Amino acid sequence: MKLSEIREILQCEVLAGEEDLQVEVYQVVASDGMSEILAFAKSKELMITGLTNIQSIRTADIAGVSAVLYCRGKRPDKKVIEFAKQKRIPVLITQMVMFDICGILYNKGLKGVS
Amino acid sequence: MAAELLRESFEIQGRNFDKAGEVSGEIKVILRDLGIEAVNLRRLVIVAFEAEMNVVMYARRGTLTLILTDEDVNLEVRDEGPGIPDIELAFKEGYSTASDEMREMGFGFGMGLPNMKKNSDELKVESEVGKGTLVCAKIRLNSNA
Repeated sequence: MKLSEIREILQCEVLAGEEDLQVEVYQVVASDGMSEILAFAKSKELMITGLTNIQSIRTADIAGVSAVLYCRGKRPDKKVIEFAKQKRIPVLITQMVMFDICGILYNKGLKGVS
Repeated sequence: MAAELLRESFEIQGRNFDKAGEVSGEIKVILRDLGIEAVNLRRLVIVAFEAEMNVVMYARRGTLTLILTDEDVNLEVRDEGPGIPDIELAFKEGYSTASDEMREMGFGFGMGLPNMKKNSDELKVESEVGKGTLVCAKIRLNSNA
C-alpha cells in the first residue's frame, strides 16, 4: 500500500516527506517501545507509535523503516520534524488511536512483523 | 589475522537524552559510505544504538570504539557507571531496572541486551558494580544471520 493511500484512509496530516508518498509499504511495526521496534522491524515497514520525541526518529532511522505514523493526534516538535526531513523519513500524524489504525490497515491487507 | 581497516572512538554523554543515538547515527553513515552491506549494517547499528542508549540512561559517560577489519566489525562500549550486578538476569527479556523517565523515552522495557545479543555474532559483557561496564560486540561481515 502506498503512503498516499494510508494518508487518505487514516486522514493523516503529512509533516515530512510529502514528496515520498509514493513509497509502498507491505508490513507494519507498531509500538511505543523503541527496543520493540528495533527487535521486530526488518526494514521498509510503516512504523506506528505514540512516542513523538527525537528517539522515535532515531529509532526509525536505525531500524530502517520507510515512514513514521504518530497516532492519537500527538504532534512532534519542530526539531523532531526537521530531523526526520534530514534523515528523509516521511512523517504522518492521525487523530486515530493505535488500535483503530492497526485494525483498519490490517483489513486493507497490511500485516505485522513478527 | 584480520587486517584492521578503521578504528575510531566516540564519546557518549550520560543522561543527555537529546543527543542519545547521535553516535550510532554517525556510525551508520560512516559504514554505509564504506559500502557495508545493508543487512550487516542494520544489525550493527542496532547493537550500537542499544549500547549507546544504555550508556546514556545509566552511566556518567562512555566511549564507543568502532573497529572495522576485513572480516568483521567490532564495537567496544566502555562506560563509567553503576555496573550490572547480575549480568545473566540483565539478559533476560523483559527484565529492566529502568526509571519512569527512561520508559517515557521509549526505552527500558528489558529488550536492550537481548536485542544486542540477537544482532551480534559474539557479545561479551564485563561489569564491575560501582565502576562500569564493558560491552564487546562482533558482527561478521560474511554472515547474514
